[in-house]
Amino acid sequence: MRLPDGLPADIDLTRPSAARVYDYVLGGAHNFEIDRQLAEQIAAMTPNLAETMRAGRAFLRRGVRTLVGAGIDQFLDIGSGIPTVGNVHEVAQQANPAARIVYVDIDPVAVAHSRSILAGNERTTVLHADLREPDRILAEAEKLGAIDFGRPVAVLLAGVVHFVPDSDDPQRILATLRAATVPGSYLLLSHSTHEDQPREMLDAQRLSARTATEITLRSRAEIAAFFGDFTLLEPGLVHMPLWRPDEPTDPGEHPERLGAFGGVGRHDRGAG
Amino acid sequence: MSTSVDGAAGNESPVSAADPESPASAADPGFDRSGAHRYAEQWARAAARHGFVATSTGENQRLLLAHTVRLAQAVLAEPFAAEAGHDIGRALVEAHLTEPGVLDWSVRALGEQFRPLVLPTRTEPETARRIAVLQGALSAGFARALRERTLGQQERIAQAAWEARDRVERALRDSEARFRAVFVDAAIGIGIADVDGQIVDVNRAFAELLGYTVDELRKINVSALFHPDDAAGMWELYQDLVEGKQDAVRVQKRYYRKDGSVVWTDLAVSLIRHDDGRPRYTVAMVEDITERHEFQQRLRHQATHDPLTGLPNRTLFLDRLGEVFATGGPDDRVGICFLDLDGFKAVNDSLGHDLGDNLLVTVARRLADCVAGQGHLVARMGGDEFVILIDQGAGCRAVKAVAAEALAAVAEPVQVGEHRLSVSASIGVVSGPLATTSVAELMKAADVTLYWAKAEGRNRWVSYDPARRSRERTRSALIAGMAAALQRDEFLIDYQPIVTLADGTICAVEALVRWQHPELGLLGPDEFIGLAEETGLIVELGRWVLARACEAASRWHREFPDARLVVSVNLAARQARDPAVVGTVSEVLRQTDLPADLLQLELTESAVMATAGEPLPALRKLAALGVRLAIDDFGTGYSNLAYLRRLPIHNLKLAGPFVEGIRSSDRQGLVDGRIVDALVRLAHALGLTVTAEAVETVGQADQLRALGCDAAQGRHFAAPAPEGEITRWLAARAERRREGVR
Repeated sequence: MRLPDGLPADIDLTRPSAARVYDYVLGGAHNFEIDRQLAEQIAAMTPNLAETMRAGRAFLRRGVRTLVGAGIDQFLDIGSGIPTVGNVHEVAQQANPAARIVYVDIDPVAVAHSRSILAGNERTTVLHADLREPDRILAEAEKLGAIDFGRPVAVLLAGVVHFVPDSDDPQRILATLRAATVPGSYLLLSHSTHEDQPREMLDAQRLSARTATEITLRSRAEIAAFFGDFTLLEPGLVHMPLWRPDEPTDPGEHPERLGAFGGVGRHDRGAG
Repeated sequence: MSTSVDGAAGNESPVSAADPESPASAADPGFDRSGAHRYAEQWARAAARHGFVATSTGENQRLLLAHTVRLAQAVLAEPFAAEAGHDIGRALVEAHLTEPGVLDWSVRALGEQFRPLVLPTRTEPETARRIAVLQGALSAGFARALRERTLGQQERIAQAAWEARDRVERALRDSEARFRAVFVDAAIGIGIADVDGQIVDVNRAFAELLGYTVDELRKINVSALFHPDDAAGMWELYQDLVEGKQDAVRVQKRYYRKDGSVVWTDLAVSLIRHDDGRPRYTVAMVEDITERHEFQQRLRHQATHDPLTGLPNRTLFLDRLGEVFATGGPDDRVGICFLDLDGFKAVNDSLGHDLGDNLLVTVARRLADCVAGQGHLVARMGGDEFVILIDQGAGCRAVKAVAAEALAAVAEPVQVGEHRLSVSASIGVVSGPLATTSVAELMKAADVTLYWAKAEGRNRWVSYDPARRSRERTRSALIAGMAAALQRDEFLIDYQPIVTLADGTICAVEALVRWQHPELGLLGPDEFIGLAEETGLIVELGRWVLARACEAASRWHREFPDARLVVSVNLAARQARDPAVVGTVSEVLRQTDLPADLLQLELTESAVMATAGEPLPALRKLAALGVRLAIDDFGTGYSNLAYLRRLPIHNLKLAGPFVEGIRSSDRQGLVDGRIVDALVRLAHALGLTVTAEAVETVGQADQLRALGCDAAQGRHFAAPAPEGEITRWLAARAERRREGVR
């Protein structure tokens, strides 16, 4: 059954949630036994899992700081999960206390959690919505006055688009989101890939089907296409640790082992 | 960013109270500053290796350097306090450095590497003791903070789950409230039942529709609302629904209200399933359509009944007849009496339509009465046509009995206003097993049979006769196909030799037309000439035969001029009366270049005698062309001997029956022999020659010769043959003659 706003009418705590699995792997305790079991199972098959997730958060942190540095002061973080550690609002507001952040997640528990820890932070807003309905996300973010789409905005899609299968037409979703922005806006995106990956990555993908959504690994070219006409910032779409590391030595010897590409694109005049 | 702390802070915010850059520390730190840097660097590397680092590499290292300095200061401080260890343990947790590997490294490195690197000059046991105390304090602070954090996060996530649930439940309650508002106050009846049929809830509209209270209905099972007289398959549809084979059905259903009255509804039932797809509830929505239904019934009655007489109309009759065929077995019989009033148009025309209508109403009532109780359907087909359908016990006799009764019922005089009318009817009666016919065939047969009854004099019933129908059909087919057959050249001509009895030579041939019918095969003239005369096509066909025969005769004449072979062509009465006949004959002679005396035209006695006993005017003109004229089938018609005497006739052809008669030696044969003798004498007296037809035996030939008959034809001499055959005979005779001359 679904509620009139299209969201599920059941909170099923007997199924693991991607957001809580993520939290557990990052060392958090915002999770339940069922989440931890799945996390351990995936971790047993992919030794790099924790590292990948950490690298994803680190990429997001470096990206947000770069965007703040570029003058962006409003962020639409879709698939934000449980924002505990190294959050976008912490990173962004540390550099610019006036920065506004809208967190969007499909997981009602993650949304409720976000609301509770963000209570009192007037520059953050939490939406319970589905990435597959970008028009609704854009309309609500605008309606709440949280985002002014007349000014540059950064759309953050960190580790979420791989939860959208091809049958849901992710290119259309990305096109809708890009089209909503004015020149000077940015798109930050990280996405799991099968390129250069060992078998266990694919097995882990199958296992992830036990959460509400399955992961779709995509090629570099497919992921690059999500940026459309946006201009990729240096160094382009790369394995996440290679994207503007804090220290030249940070990426280590095999950055591709983390199995995900990250990049930031800019909406230049004339792009769409 | 360099690994050095100096100048590296940039615009980043301060991270710790124990700032290594403070002037007091700068003066005399009491520990090895570069060692502290190296220690912090290793610590940061271990943190990055073992766990998640929420800040940038530089920030993290700065933080850990501050912890390193604070630890060194704690070892050196007097009096010694372990508080710094606690604080740093807690700080590690707050910086999210919570991975067990990070704690492991932090405690071990503090014991093994801290003193040598950061406090290289402090070798006394007290230092080692203080470091051990700090190790414990750091672990304790870490554990306490981690425990607090874990408990806090667990509580928070549980709280979040609860809130999320609460929110969904609130949404459900809102949704439920909206649903209740719709459900309770809807004008349409809504009822919900479980898959066992137990009614779970109904709204007021539903209850009022059926005349129960809501509470009464809640105690009822859906099955109690079905009835044996529901439309076929309705219960099965419901079963399909609750078994999950269908998701929705929509039907018109009759319900009985609590007080027994009937309400017709438009009923839509949908299935609601469990999440795993199992059927859970059915939701029925009903709307009272009783008025609409009655209106439809009325319309349907109007559509199937005749407004004047109230009888079923043609539509209903054909529906019922269709049902009989659809539901009956192949051996079941069906019968119909198709009745049409005789002379009804005259009644209408002379007495007016109102009286005509009254008459129809009376006849309709009588017909209905006369079959009442027998279960037959009486329908008005239109105008003054009625039909009685006998679909049970429709044996031949029974159906004929119904026809007789109907005839009698109609025959009773009818008092219409001041007029007392005697009317009669004609009835076509058809009956038979279903397997042998169809609706369309039956109706056609009835129509045809009614026509026979009319043709045979009205006021009667006639039974269908398939053989008669078949003949009429063949006839119609021949008539319909004849003109085209002429175009397609399906006709051909055979020639039958006519022999001079005295010497046995062929003196003439009679042209006999045949029709090579594409379906019926080769047809002789007796099978189609009569039809051709009826339709008038005989004129065209006769002209064609004349032309072909004359062409053949002309070829024989050119090839065998000595033979002087005459071609004898039949001229039908209609042809003979055609004003153009003289022109046609002379034109054919001219075109074929045939000497006129080599053409003989055969006419029957009735053709010779035109209207009013006068001989045909064209006869003399034909004779004037030089053509020979013969009277065909002489002796079967009525010849006016007075005229015969003066007419330009050359030849009499004796009709077959006389010739046939002389075959026998009995008394009849004797009589026929005398007749032939008399006819021959008569002919010779009139100066005419005589040709006998249909000679089949040598005895006949001998007797005819003895009686002085001039010529003869028949199978005894030769059967009709194609032109080529005649040509070969002529050639053979010419050969014999040449040999005889030599």
